Amino acid sequence: MTATVAKRLLTAIPVLFGLSIIVFLMIALIPGDPATAILGSYATPENVARLNASLGLDQSLPQQYLAWITGVLHGDFGRSYALNRPVIDIVLERFSATLLLAGASLLLATVFGLLAGIVSAVRQFGLADKVITLIVLIGISMPSFWLGLLLILFFAVKIRLFPASGMVAIYGGGGPLDILHHLVLPAVTLALVATGVIARLTRTAMLEVLRQDYIRTARAKGLTERRVVYRHAFKAALVSIIPVIGIQAGFVLGGAVYVETVFQWPGIGAMLVNAISQRDILLVQGGVLVVAAAYVLFNLLADICQTLLDPRLK
Amino acid sequence: MTSAAAAAVTAESQPRRERPSTLALLLNNRLAAAGLVVLGLVVGAALAAPILPLADPNATDPAHRLAPLFAPAHLLGTDALGRDILSRLIWGTRVSLAVGVSASLIAAVVGSAIGLVAGYAGGRSDQILMRLIDLLMAFPYILLALAIVAILGPGLINALYAIAIVNVPFFARNIRGITVGLARREFIDAARLSGKGPLRILWSEILPNVLPTIVITLSTTVGWMILETAGLSFLGLGAQPPQADLGSMLGDGRKVMFTAPTISLVPGLMIFLIVISINLIGDGIRDALDPRLRSGALARPSFRTAIAEPLDRPTAPLDAAATLDVKGLRTDFRMGPEIYHACGGVDLTIAPGQCLGLVGESGSGKSVTAMSLMGLVPSPPGIVTGGTIGFRGEDLATAKNERIRTLRGSAIAHVFQDPLATLHPLFCVGDQIVEAIRAHQPLSRSEAEGKAEELLTLVRIPNPAERMRALPHELSGGLRQRVSIAMALANDPELIIADEPTTALDVTVQADILRLLDTLRHDRKLAVLFITHDFGVVSEIADRVAVMYAGKIVETGPTTAVLADPAHPYTRMLIDCVPVMGEPERRLDAVRGRPPAVNQLPAGCSFAARCPRVEPDCSTGEIVLDEKRNGLQARCLHPLEPGETLA
Repeated sequence: MTATVAKRLLTAIPVLFGLSIIVFLMIALIPGDPATAILGSYATPENVARLNASLGLDQSLPQQYLAWITGVLHGDFGRSYALNRPVIDIVLERFSATLLLAGASLLLATVFGLLAGIVSAVRQFGLADKVITLIVLIGISMPSFWLGLLLILFFAVKIRLFPASGMVAIYGGGGPLDILHHLVLPAVTLALVATGVIARLTRTAMLEVLRQDYIRTARAKGLTERRVVYRHAFKAALVSIIPVIGIQAGFVLGGAVYVETVFQWPGIGAMLVNAISQRDILLVQGGVLVVAAAYVLFNLLADICQTLLDPRLK
Repeated sequence: MTSAAAAAVTAESQPRRERPSTLALLLNNRLAAAGLVVLGLVVGAALAAPILPLADPNATDPAHRLAPLFAPAHLLGTDALGRDILSRLIWGTRVSLAVGVSASLIAAVVGSAIGLVAGYAGGRSDQILMRLIDLLMAFPYILLALAIVAILGPGLINALYAIAIVNVPFFARNIRGITVGLARREFIDAARLSGKGPLRILWSEILPNVLPTIVITLSTTVGWMILETAGLSFLGLGAQPPQADLGSMLGDGRKVMFTAPTISLVPGLMIFLIVISINLIGDGIRDALDPRLRSGALARPSFRTAIAEPLDRPTAPLDAAATLDVKGLRTDFRMGPEIYHACGGVDLTIAPGQCLGLVGESGSGKSVTAMSLMGLVPSPPGIVTGGTIGFRGEDLATAKNERIRTLRGSAIAHVFQDPLATLHPLFCVGDQIVEAIRAHQPLSRSEAEGKAEELLTLVRIPNPAERMRALPHELSGGLRQRVSIAMALANDPELIIADEPTTALDVTVQADILRLLDTLRHDRKLAVLFITHDFGVVSEIADRVAVMYAGKIVETGPTTAVLADPAHPYTRMLIDCVPVMGEPERRLDAVRGRPPAVNQLPAGCSFAARCPRVEPDCSTGEIVLDEKRNGLQARCLHPLEPGETLA
């Protein structure tokens, strides 16, 4: 088992290497002079020269990459020109807020997606199945930035149950309960699409598994239907559901951009949007690299879970 | 565009004429039809925007700013600058649709080109291209689009490129998959030999074949792409003022959300309508094209085969002394308008400790008969429409579900054909046996484990303690079937229903398993219903034989009598198919022709069409199963006499 996990960990290295190259090339691909693009057309020539030197733009691309990746591996992502702080500090601070939001959403989506999918499959063509299918269809067609507004108008403005924005209350805020209170609306908004996708896939996977011969064997053994569905069928279905949860992690991490903007959640998505508007390229670069690396690691985790669940995949 | 997709797909599936056309299926699907109507209206309005009597979408009017819904001259009110929302909505929809559809087309063209080249060229080009595609997919979806916009700078066209690039991998992967399969087909070899270059082959031979896949991928992604371009505009990274699409309208409206919520809600509702209608159409197309959904094969089999209400029950009393006493059992398969009488009125009796061999070709209904006894025929489409199933005098056809569950695996156990498919792949075999034991006996886990190990020893599995932790795929076919038998014996059953238990095994292993079953049944006084297509196997294990054809028993009697002098020509032909050592001149040809479809059985004898002894009277009226000689019953008007052979 340790060997399997180690082997999977090794496969992540080339992917991370590839990611770093693409992210590194972001600067090189900027049309025109990157330093001017980053600093804006009103920058003084000294500043442009200094940035060019610090980016090492006078060197060859492989040399530049080497210098850059050495810095990254030591936690040096450069400085944000708009905020005048080290990129790594801002990114880590923001990313922890995003992780909280995305993690909560993925948890909601997994729990409710699996439940809805199983109920839908077990009650195939029944009323519950039809209702769930309809809700799922609406859910996956709903723009999250619109849903967020609807939820704010209803829950924050009309019935005043949850706050409309931020992560903590401005006066006397803080503490886990306050954060949880602020987390509900954005987490639900972000979870909706992923819940729908997971529910759909779970329904299909369960229906597929329930037709298998080994389910007939389980029934022929005299097991209760509950045991057949939740132990025998669900375990087999989970093998094909886990990678989809991994992929949904990517949609949730990316979709956080909208939700963080709508709810003014101090996460990395909202930060990226500002950084892009301000052409703060080094900040964008650092943010993208960290989120993408986290996504790769999460998929790795899903991959390992899948292998542990189904030893035939070794 | 999606209706064009539907049309293109319809054209693809034209040759199968007996099926309803895809377009008809799509329109039958009420949700998909509703999606088509809504999308048609939206696209129509967007296209007609220049000729519609709309206000200038950019004309500001500070005097009438933030007008509510249904204000005079402004049906949907005005925004913070006094601009008419209805007009802006329709013009914005135009922009959003144009950008989303363009992004989809770019993604489709570029992605398909990459997929075609990678799939056709194979080798190193394939490796490199697909690794690059994998790398793109390693980024969280929206994040990559953000990175691209960061490089190119905010703007509607740049947002379009970003969304297109992000969606390229979906097309590349799907198209490559199909192309790899096609590139190895004969017609491509033929084209290559005729001197066509790779580009011409890709264009004229492969592209037409992958077009449906491109269209399906488009129909499932175009909604997303419209949503995502609107999303980038919402974030302020897409459409820049004064240009407006639905996303930027929503983003602008957010600033006055608490005073005038409709300004942001209306464009959001429009995005939602567009995306949901496209998704409905996409689902409709997929359902219409997926043949498994058409036949209802993806339906979930229920706990127990459906029982018809009212059930056609024979009045004869059940034989309480017999282990199994089946009378007039009928099981149908209902597939759409067709009804298949898979089991068309079967009588079976098995005395305690006796083994009955149920023999027939595949499709004769023998498995359906056996699986009907404990309600294991998948339902839908299966349904028991008649008969009594007597087990020690108790009728199982009318027993409650909970009673059936208690009997399953305890008094009546099953052994199935392919143990690789019939054992759960993810549980170790020990756990599966323990589970069977504990379903019926109040034993602790460790007690049940001890019993499971004994069972594995009983079926002569070497190193049973070690094998307990093995997964089914780690065992050989013979060992797996021994595990299945151990599991069937777990609760000391009185009857074992064995459905072709040796068919998937090697001949030598087959003999071992048969010997094992035979020993066990004698030691434990087990009654066995043994289903097989092989008379050779029957002769080794069965006391009595019943031969099935087209859902009915055509001959039954003691094994020795049937084997020596069958009365029914069909039985004779089946026996002639068994190879015998030292008789190489024996003809081994299977019975010529095919059994009739059981949804349109001919009148009279179902075998008449294939029978060398057929007479005109064979095709009229019901032919009964009656006694021909010493315990041998046959359903035949012109039976073979003892010693008589077929010409």
